[in-house]
Amino acid sequence: MDFDLSEEQRLLKESIDGLLTDSYDFEQRKKYMKEKGGWSKAVWSKLAEQGLLGLPFTEADGGFGAGGVETMIVMEALGKALVLEPYLATVVIGGGFLRHGGSAEQKAAHIPGIIDGSKTLAFAQLEKNSRYDLFDVTTTAKKKGAGWVIDGEKFVVLNGENADTLIVTARTKGERRDRNGIGVFLVPADAKGISKKGYPTQDGLHAADISFTGVEVGSDAAIGNPEDALDLIERVVDEARIALCAEAVGAMDESLKETVEYIKTRKQFGVAIGSFQSLQHRASDMFVAAEQARSMSMFATMAGDFEDAKERASAIAAAKVQIGKSLKFVGQQSIQLHGGIGMTMEAKIGHYFKRLTMIENTFGDTEYHLRRVADAGGLI
Amino acid sequence: MDLAFTKEEVAFREEVRAFFRDNVPPDTRRKMQEGRHLSKDEMVTWWRILNKKGWGVSHWPKEYGGTGWTSVQHYIFNEELQSYPAPQPLAFGVSMVGPVIYTFGNEAQKKQYLPRIANVDDWWCQGFSEPGSGSDLASLRTKAERKGDKWIINGQKTWTTLAQHADMIFCLCRTDPSAKKQMGISFIVFSMKSKGVTVRPIQTIDGGHEVNEVFFDNVEVPIENLIGEENKGWDYAKFLLGNERTGIARVGVSKERLRRIKELASKVESGGRPVIQDPAFRERLSACEIELKALELTQLRVVADEGKHGKGKPNPASSVLKIKGSEIQQTTTELLMEVIGPFAAPYDVHGDDGSNEAMDWTAQIAPSYFNNRKVSIYGGSNEIQRNIIAKAVLGL
Repeated sequence: MDFDLSEEQRLLKESIDGLLTDSYDFEQRKKYMKEKGGWSKAVWSKLAEQGLLGLPFTEADGGFGAGGVETMIVMEALGKALVLEPYLATVVIGGGFLRHGGSAEQKAAHIPGIIDGSKTLAFAQLEKNSRYDLFDVTTTAKKKGAGWVIDGEKFVVLNGENADTLIVTARTKGERRDRNGIGVFLVPADAKGISKKGYPTQDGLHAADISFTGVEVGSDAAIGNPEDALDLIERVVDEARIALCAEAVGAMDESLKETVEYIKTRKQFGVAIGSFQSLQHRASDMFVAAEQARSMSMFATMAGDFEDAKERASAIAAAKVQIGKSLKFVGQQSIQLHGGIGMTMEAKIGHYFKRLTMIENTFGDTEYHLRRVADAGGLI
Repeated sequence: MDLAFTKEEVAFREEVRAFFRDNVPPDTRRKMQEGRHLSKDEMVTWWRILNKKGWGVSHWPKEYGGTGWTSVQHYIFNEELQSYPAPQPLAFGVSMVGPVIYTFGNEAQKKQYLPRIANVDDWWCQGFSEPGSGSDLASLRTKAERKGDKWIINGQKTWTTLAQHADMIFCLCRTDPSAKKQMGISFIVFSMKSKGVTVRPIQTIDGGHEVNEVFFDNVEVPIENLIGEENKGWDYAKFLLGNERTGIARVGVSKERLRRIKELASKVESGGRPVIQDPAFRERLSACEIELKALELTQLRVVADEGKHGKGKPNPASSVLKIKGSEIQQTTTELLMEVIGPFAAPYDVHGDDGSNEAMDWTAQIAPSYFNNRKVSIYGGSNEIQRNIIAKAVLGL
């Protein structure tokens, strides 16, 4: 048992923290938001230069063969700096599908572009009524010749507006909520029959609603088994959840830090408001919540490697519950302790709150995952 | 970063489990599962079994009978002990006064007291809190005046846990009334059989008798019973309180109780089906399990840190363990109340004699719920723990 980072991991942390300290303060972030697509190509290139976009890929695929802990380190750092660039969509999710399900040809076609920063991906999964159930899929992929024809609508596709390639879940057979009959397809974002409506999300990221009308793709578009890819989808989404837990921990750390700094300096009644016990206790509770979240983020990271799929799923769901509870408390109380200034767009703290809030509602909220843990019989 | 136990640690856990299975008296285990009080004999019998095995004072230095285990081994041992369940060693002797004596006591004191603590030849109790000194412990007023080769002790202690069983007490006494609050306190030990010591029971809301008032009326104590230096008692008290870091989370206790909740909830019916099948109940149960898992991990982080960086000064993370650990213990007793529903009401008319096995367990649930309100109060109330985090961690 060991919670310390290895030498290489420590260096990785220093390197990404350093990069973001230099190029991602709050003012710079505002500029990046105004760039085309809503994030900075220059920052993305820097991430590529430092090898961060290639971390999880095997050396044979041109990456560094890093594991879950390295992704955790990166995601925490991205959470701290409120990074807008599509690391989750491209490296964690897109890369995850390619790593766990991609053929040699698919890997060769897509991974180099991810690693060098020239290509980004997006995961088109959510449907109007699917909510958090990954198996609830009405988008269809019908066989045509050797290839497939995709029809359907996907919503809130993160990085959907900018991605070069979409990874689309679609039903190849069966009924709407059947667990089998679901495939995953690589679709060029500019394919004929795709129409996108892009927009900024509440937390400053960008997403798109995307409709697919008779979109034709080749036989090489399916990742894994086109009739039975739910296990693959769940595995990759679990990794996305783990990454979101780590991102939330980073954002909570910063929220707490900012808030403590604020109440140390803000004066009322002639004293720093941090000298009031009611505020001290609230801040202590925020610390406890953040620490519990950190513990579960580490647990989720470890659980990513569990052999038993059920055990893995329960552990990660449990982590998402804890993170959801903690982030709500830390996020809300950060605003409360800042008082009026916390309500303004101008102050950084509200942006943490918004990102944290959106993390809760991504790939299953607290209630959803609590029910999953309960239905699986708990953790003990 | 690696959360898995090593092969050696897993083997150690098996060894500990097997030892408990073969050696904890079954009645002792059953009573603990049912939340009952154990008799002095039952506790001492088990602790002597443990001591004979060499595990009675596991965390003491080897020269005084400790095991030399790693932090992780201590964690595993405690966790298994709590979740078996079997009584933990008497904290007042083993975790509190023992370490003070081997750290600050003289050779004669070490020889005289340590082996007797390990074998529970002496049952120790703690003379810290007073009626006017709870969270503000340093305001204590019990005084020890030096008269020839004796201390003359007068005053009153309260909340003295299991003083009714005690042979010895370690006591914070004011020895210099003119000094500032924390400065004039000394750490003195003496026999509870001394003339002038009176123990009066306090009945708690669960109907139990765990705590007492202890009165000192001109109690004469040999001068050599001072531990360490005169007027340095506050330092020793801080050392003592900071010593217990990870055990306070009581993760194993809560784990055991959650298993019991599941067992009972699959027997007791509500709405024509076992309580465990009620989705809302199951979610509350799972929410508690998740909190506990997070706490367990937080505790492991503290343990690992201790193993790497030594046990030096008190770690403020222990305040997190205390707050969350006590909240979760309380939640588990609430869940038990929920399971038992209207049958929480009957008072324990059968007593602790096990004469009505079928119903006995129900009668302990409400008392256990009432009794567990104490866990967020003792050992530095959760409000004090929040003060500690605010000051020591957040710098407020």
